[in-house]
Amino acid sequence: MKNNLAGKISGWLAGRGMLLVLLLLAVFLGFATLADQNPNDAEAGTALAKTLGQSNGGNKNILIVVRPSEEDSLFAQAVETEVLKQKGVVAGIVRGSPSDARASLERLQKEGVKLDAIACNHFTAGWSIFENMGVKFPGLGDVKIVEPVSYRWPNFLKRENLMNIVNQIAVIAILAVGMTFVILTGGIDLSVGAMIAFSAVLVARLIRDFGGGVDATVTALIVSSLATIGVCALMGMFSGVMVACFSIPSFIATLAMMLIAGGLAYLISDGQSIDRIPESFMWLGRGSTVMRIPVAVVLTAVIYLIAHIAMTRTIFGRYVYAVGGNREAARLSGVSVLGVLVLVYTVSGALAGLGGIVMASQLKSGAPTYGHMYELYVIAAVVVGGTSLAGGEGKITGTLIGALILAVIQNGMNLLGFDSNMQKCILGGVLILAILLDGSRLKLSR
Amino acid sequence: MDTKALPQEKLLVMSGMVKTFPGVKALRGVSLELSKGETLALLGENGAGKSTLIKILAGALQPDSGEIFVKGRQLRMKSPADSRRAGIAVIHQEFALVNGLTACENIFLGKPLHTCSVIHLKKENAGARELLEKLGADFDPRTPCSQLSVAQRQIVEIAKALSDKASILILDEPTAALTPRETNRLFILLDQLRNNGMGIIYVSHRLDEVFAISNRVQVLRDGAEVAATLTNGTTQTQVISWMVGREINQGRDFKKASKGEILLEALRLKNGTKVRDVSLEVHEGEILGLTGLVGSGRTEVLRIIAGADIPESGELALEGARLELRHPSDAIRKGIFFLTEDRKGQGLFLERPVHENFSIASLFRFAFLGLINLFRETQAFLAHRDSMGIKASSPLAKIVNLSGGNQQKVLLARWLERKGRVFLLDEPTRGVDVGAKEEIHHLLRKLAAEGNAILVVSSELPEVLAICDRILVMHEGRVKGEIMDVNIATQEQIMGLAIQ
Repeated sequence: MKNNLAGKISGWLAGRGMLLVLLLLAVFLGFATLADQNPNDAEAGTALAKTLGQSNGGNKNILIVVRPSEEDSLFAQAVETEVLKQKGVVAGIVRGSPSDARASLERLQKEGVKLDAIACNHFTAGWSIFENMGVKFPGLGDVKIVEPVSYRWPNFLKRENLMNIVNQIAVIAILAVGMTFVILTGGIDLSVGAMIAFSAVLVARLIRDFGGGVDATVTALIVSSLATIGVCALMGMFSGVMVACFSIPSFIATLAMMLIAGGLAYLISDGQSIDRIPESFMWLGRGSTVMRIPVAVVLTAVIYLIAHIAMTRTIFGRYVYAVGGNREAARLSGVSVLGVLVLVYTVSGALAGLGGIVMASQLKSGAPTYGHMYELYVIAAVVVGGTSLAGGEGKITGTLIGALILAVIQNGMNLLGFDSNMQKCILGGVLILAILLDGSRLKLSR
Repeated sequence: MDTKALPQEKLLVMSGMVKTFPGVKALRGVSLELSKGETLALLGENGAGKSTLIKILAGALQPDSGEIFVKGRQLRMKSPADSRRAGIAVIHQEFALVNGLTACENIFLGKPLHTCSVIHLKKENAGARELLEKLGADFDPRTPCSQLSVAQRQIVEIAKALSDKASILILDEPTAALTPRETNRLFILLDQLRNNGMGIIYVSHRLDEVFAISNRVQVLRDGAEVAATLTNGTTQTQVISWMVGREINQGRDFKKASKGEILLEALRLKNGTKVRDVSLEVHEGEILGLTGLVGSGRTEVLRIIAGADIPESGELALEGARLELRHPSDAIRKGIFFLTEDRKGQGLFLERPVHENFSIASLFRFAFLGLINLFRETQAFLAHRDSMGIKASSPLAKIVNLSGGNQQKVLLARWLERKGRVFLLDEPTRGVDVGAKEEIHHLLRKLAAEGNAILVVSSELPEVLAICDRILVMHEGRVKGEIMDVNIATQEQIMGLAIQ
């Protein structure tokens, strides 16, 4: 009975070791990046004005003081809107330095205005001009200095940061889906990094030369993108045919495709970055949908959902596992092994094309330098996610976790202030640790 | 236990061996004794605990409790190296030879004759030649193992054991891949080794062999010892009933099914050196046996009919219509199904769940627009599980954890679900325990009675005689003889045709 329980626990861990690693990383970074948070956005402004309105009745006369930054003005605007909504009066908005605030206060005192409160953010509330107001500006009456409530919260777990992580990893995560299929069949696709550059350059060139450049319509953007994905799918299919029909090792076939795609990217772009692209093209990479969730994140989530269903519930998924697990048994069971192989490389190519388009959209240009070494990060994500390089074993959910682990490590090191070369070393070490941890779990469960 | 009449010097004593795996009690206090100059046959159905016991002896597994004495000294074997040092040599079904190295290099692997790391090739070759000659082998020790036959590789393994100065030799299903002639030669060799004082533990499902070679039999069932007795004091029927806990009728107990029209025809098939000229036809409702020595081209004929190999020449016809097969799926679509002899290598997806192994060939039956209805798939599997008596804890269990007999039943269910006309079965009961074997035979008869044509390849002559309506004997890629009436045929008659 005891043995049984231990077996069950270790079996559970074996399947979820990487999820545990991800959670531990998140907890660690949660503590390591704990800091005072001084909200300074529109939401905080509205909240501040609401608390002002609730304390001793409405009809307040309020001065708003912020720094001359874009973020601060949004905050000030939100305060103003809410105060007006509460039937209060805004005596003025100061966007500037302490001396501007002094001038404004002096003017108001001269005009005989009675102020109820000065709405500041965390930064302006600390200005020495607001100390001993009763002595300095007796004419203004009993003035309260208010600022949004500050609290302690890890920088890592801030909403923008979390969204940033997913957005940053979107391209690698999308490519990792195709790579998972390929690796499950026992192959590897080295061409995806170069394919990103090729796709980004091709879509940018199509938009510039045939879509109308900066004035390209949405239809033109969609057609250009679909054409690019189609071309990349064809290139993936070519690799697949080489692997399946001519029995060229996938390592070699896709290495050749990597050189071809990389070279074509330079040829198409003349080695330049192509940036005559309309603003609307950035919707894919930088836009957001409901609840401020980035479009790229939604896209990635949808792709993972489809891929997960494909691998667990469809004939395609079964055949991929079958071909990777035992190629001859699959063939003798009537599975078209060649068809499955060609298909997985085609899907990998298409997803690499999509990844390139997302990257071009994020950076608002297409350059042949994109995606350099990405194939290795993509493979790392798949392997950290528990997919066996021998084929036949692995899960799409594992790959998602693997990609997130890579992103969280990178983001965490940025927050903690490591420089980029140090980051690479640490990433390598963490990769080995992650795999070792998973291996020892597997042994435990045997 | 009647051991008084045997030589008294105990080579090996195991007592109270207990081994538990998560959820399974593999051994519940098994004891075993082996004397000098004795051959002990270890018997039991798959899952009875034989493999676990052997793995413990090989040092690959550690028992939970129990003691092991080799030549009177108590041993704790923590690794295969400890076991080898104690003079125990285990020859598994899958040989532990490096294919790229020569026989000689394999024999001296891990213990080369050298001075300052320079290997004395001549000395090694001479030593290897001497060993191999002693074992009656006639091949050059400088031959790469990849070029040796299965029987020859087995002899290399035995030579390796001798050069390790092993005093206990354990053989796991040593004749599974041997022809009858090679088997005979192996038995002569084993008798010789035994007479020289070696203790041999022999594991096999083939009772004829067990009775031919062993002095003593020990039967395990469900991890416990059921019986241990002198071989000549018991009978096959008795041993089988010990193994399964009930009597099994091994004889032919059914009437020949009524033969219908010719369903499948093969004309002058030719492919390389393996299939030189084979023509055959199978009727509806007929079980046709295809036998002969291993390597006589039986499997290759099946592979051609299954669309797995494309022949150089020859024609196939189903119900009189010509068949063009370019891929196994072409044959499957016509209802021609192939069960491979290499279950692990070509049949199973070992790391996948049982239900996926079952449904791979008929997924479209459970799918709509490529999306699989898991409920219907599982229901279909459960129906076969119940009707065939497949023992699996759950359809989601990995198939690698099932016993050989249950794995084979799942592979049969794979084709039963697809509903075909012609079943090509290559060694359908290899590595399957006695109970499951009987059930598979019963299933074949039922399939034939339903009007299917069945082509069975088997090396076990009693099996061929028991289940087939008609027998073709192959020799070196040709059909050398046909036995129309199995009721008056004998094993000797078939053997005569097979050897010539």
